[in-house]
Amino acid sequence: MAVCGVLLRCGRLSRPLSGRTAALGALLSASGRREASALSYVPETAPSDFGETTKMNLFQSINSAMDVALASDPTAVIFGEDVAFGGVFRCTVGLADKYGKDRVFNTPLCEQGIAGFGIGMAVMGATAIAEIQFADYIFPAFDQIVNEAAKYRYRSGNLFDCGRLTMRAPCGAVGHGALYHSQSPEAFFAHVPGIKVVIPRGPIQAKGLLLACIKDDNPCIFLEPKILYRAAVEHVPVGDYTLPLTSAEVVVEGKDVTMVAWGTQVQVLREVCNMAQEKLGVSCELIDLRTIMPWDSETVIKSVNKTGRLLVAHEAPLTGGFAAEIASTVQSECFLHLEAPVERVCGYDTPFPHIFEPFYMPDKWRCFEAIKKIINY
Amino acid sequence: MAAVRSVFRVRGLLQHCLYRNSASFAVRNVHAGSNKIPRQGRQMSSQTLDLEEDKPQFPGSRSEFTKKLEFITPDVYNGIPVYRVLDRQGKIIEADQDPKLSKEAVYDMYHKMTLLNTMDRILYESQRQGRISFYMTNYGEEATHMGSAAALNPGDIVFGQYREAGVLMYRGFTLDQFMNQCYGNAEDAGRGRQMPVHYGSKDLNFVTISSPLGTQMPQASGAAYALKRSGKRLCVICYFGDGAASEGDAHAAFNFAATLECPIIFFCRNNGYAISTPTSEQYRGDGIAARGPSYGMATLRVDGNDAFAVYNAVKAARELAVNENRPVLIEAMTYRIGHHSTSDDSTAYRSVDEVNYWDKQDHPIGRLRHYMVNQGWWDMEKEKAWMKQARNEVMQAFQRAEKKKKPPPSELFYDTYKEMPPHLQQQREQMRTHVAQYPENYPLDNFEKDRD
Repeated sequence: MAVCGVLLRCGRLSRPLSGRTAALGALLSASGRREASALSYVPETAPSDFGETTKMNLFQSINSAMDVALASDPTAVIFGEDVAFGGVFRCTVGLADKYGKDRVFNTPLCEQGIAGFGIGMAVMGATAIAEIQFADYIFPAFDQIVNEAAKYRYRSGNLFDCGRLTMRAPCGAVGHGALYHSQSPEAFFAHVPGIKVVIPRGPIQAKGLLLACIKDDNPCIFLEPKILYRAAVEHVPVGDYTLPLTSAEVVVEGKDVTMVAWGTQVQVLREVCNMAQEKLGVSCELIDLRTIMPWDSETVIKSVNKTGRLLVAHEAPLTGGFAAEIASTVQSECFLHLEAPVERVCGYDTPFPHIFEPFYMPDKWRCFEAIKKIINY
Repeated sequence: MAAVRSVFRVRGLLQHCLYRNSASFAVRNVHAGSNKIPRQGRQMSSQTLDLEEDKPQFPGSRSEFTKKLEFITPDVYNGIPVYRVLDRQGKIIEADQDPKLSKEAVYDMYHKMTLLNTMDRILYESQRQGRISFYMTNYGEEATHMGSAAALNPGDIVFGQYREAGVLMYRGFTLDQFMNQCYGNAEDAGRGRQMPVHYGSKDLNFVTISSPLGTQMPQASGAAYALKRSGKRLCVICYFGDGAASEGDAHAAFNFAATLECPIIFFCRNNGYAISTPTSEQYRGDGIAARGPSYGMATLRVDGNDAFAVYNAVKAARELAVNENRPVLIEAMTYRIGHHSTSDDSTAYRSVDEVNYWDKQDHPIGRLRHYMVNQGWWDMEKEKAWMKQARNEVMQAFQRAEKKKKPPPSELFYDTYKEMPPHLQQQREQMRTHVAQYPENYPLDNFEKDRD
């Protein structure tokens, strides 16, 4: 399989970011050499029964998903800040021209409004695809998501629901994003019964999972690892297809250690698999969780029962991160099968730093060291 | 007088700013002229820069230049006036504002206002006696409910706050349905999941109430947008209070509705209090109505205790909303005669005299009754007979609701998601196993049995 190696960690998005971060970009271009922490994106092959494919990066595959959704569902609309001209990450390029200004439109700069508006549209049965410009800015919408969207069906006794709502937001480290352009907020939303939280690891996954979220009759939050927007390129099916939610995928089979991650971190752990095999002769089984909530504990439990060892890694801070939930469930369900304590390699419990990002990240060396610890316990 | 002068000053200000030279506000097309600079790139706006006249060219606002440093102060005018039709004695003030409602229509309004009032008294008492856990009355705001509901189409979608039970009653929600929800029994359409007064009805197009304030407002804007796209000539009405209007969600709702051209009526029940907080501590401007024009919305302030004024206002607002796909803001001034809820004792923060004035001398039910008596449609005998009948109906529904069992305990797990995911299936089993082992600790006699 052709390896598409692209320097990611020390690179910056070559597309200018939104107004909020334009100044930031200017600063970075003037800075000196940065430590290289290169990451290779390993492209995957789509199942052949998904039909004809074409080369797409992550933002193009997401664009393609929304194109399919708007073509097949006349009630579907896309809205958020700056989506009309194509979006700050180009996810909505061409869609306003194709489907009209009443279906792909800008909203005022107000995340609580975007969320509330989306909920209201969904309550009327329209398919509402809301974009939050950065996951870091989703918090004004937290009340609408937690107290309203998640509880709509339950509190009304199924008279009303907002299942037709999908909210998308770019998440995760990008090399220079610092506190407010790098966050991974999945753990906050995992704690809210009633919504689904989904994170893809690449373009083929993203299109199928996003279409699944759009079609799912529960409100969904779809987090897109922004560093992969341009860097992750695959041959993605052009047609309409979905991938299952609440279904973790074994990306690499192995027998000695189970590793669980989502989004960009899956790519990091791919390298750790190779390092473990070459340097330690250890065979790792890598699982992409894909849906954070409700999560597929069965696949993870089955794997840990086989290997007896678990490593979970995520960019989000350690304490209260989703690895804690997985570790807790695994120690309860796999207690007698465990050969070592569950290891978590995560961001530190600080706000996401700027210049210190290389030290903060759960990079492949920290993960590799954790594998050694697990194996030698 | 100062008031007159200030009104003219405002008019002058308005004229100066907006209407002085209407030609200067025409949107110009792109011309091949050296002083006309077209907008760059993908600008959707058709406005061009026109440097021939000495006018502001900013994209954000293109009013006029001024040489005077003059702050617009909040007291520059007296406040948006309060539209009314009936005076306190129930007489039509201006004949051309008489909605000329039929006797049946007015009866319907009056019966429902008084039935609501009766139901409120009985359910408030039932909470005091420990029969239901919580209640909120609607005393003093009955005209805001009935006047507005009567002016709407039954297909119009209602998003409420929590003090709009009369709108539901007007549309046909039965006493049994109200009581079942308050008791959370097995016939509650809401499946016993929420506190009392959190009503909802799909059939009557009344979206289920939620406790957080103001959250319904941007949802209502979104629902209106979806309605517009559907091509149905319907609108959304969104009720909220003077306190909820301070929430960020209110600002979001107004701005979205205006920029996205949504067919929605925002109906503010300004009843003077948000629990204990009087309006003087809630805002410093001219109420909620003054905010409307600043968002670009047509706005009206109305006497909320005047059922006919409310009716006319909502009827006119509906025309604007549906015909022109635009939001309209109505601020209905009224008074919350009751406590905020059964958890509140308002004597702690307001005088009994103030409450008595509104209850005895300026009550919306009284005003409509005066009108009916003046028309020769009503008298004390009919009043006595009707109040007795209303009370009987309410008491019977009350007794029926009280006797019913609650839904099966497993209902607590359903509808979290559309389908029940594996982890909830497991948790439901855990709950059932536990309760089966310790049944004496759980009030199982009050609940229906689980199905399987």
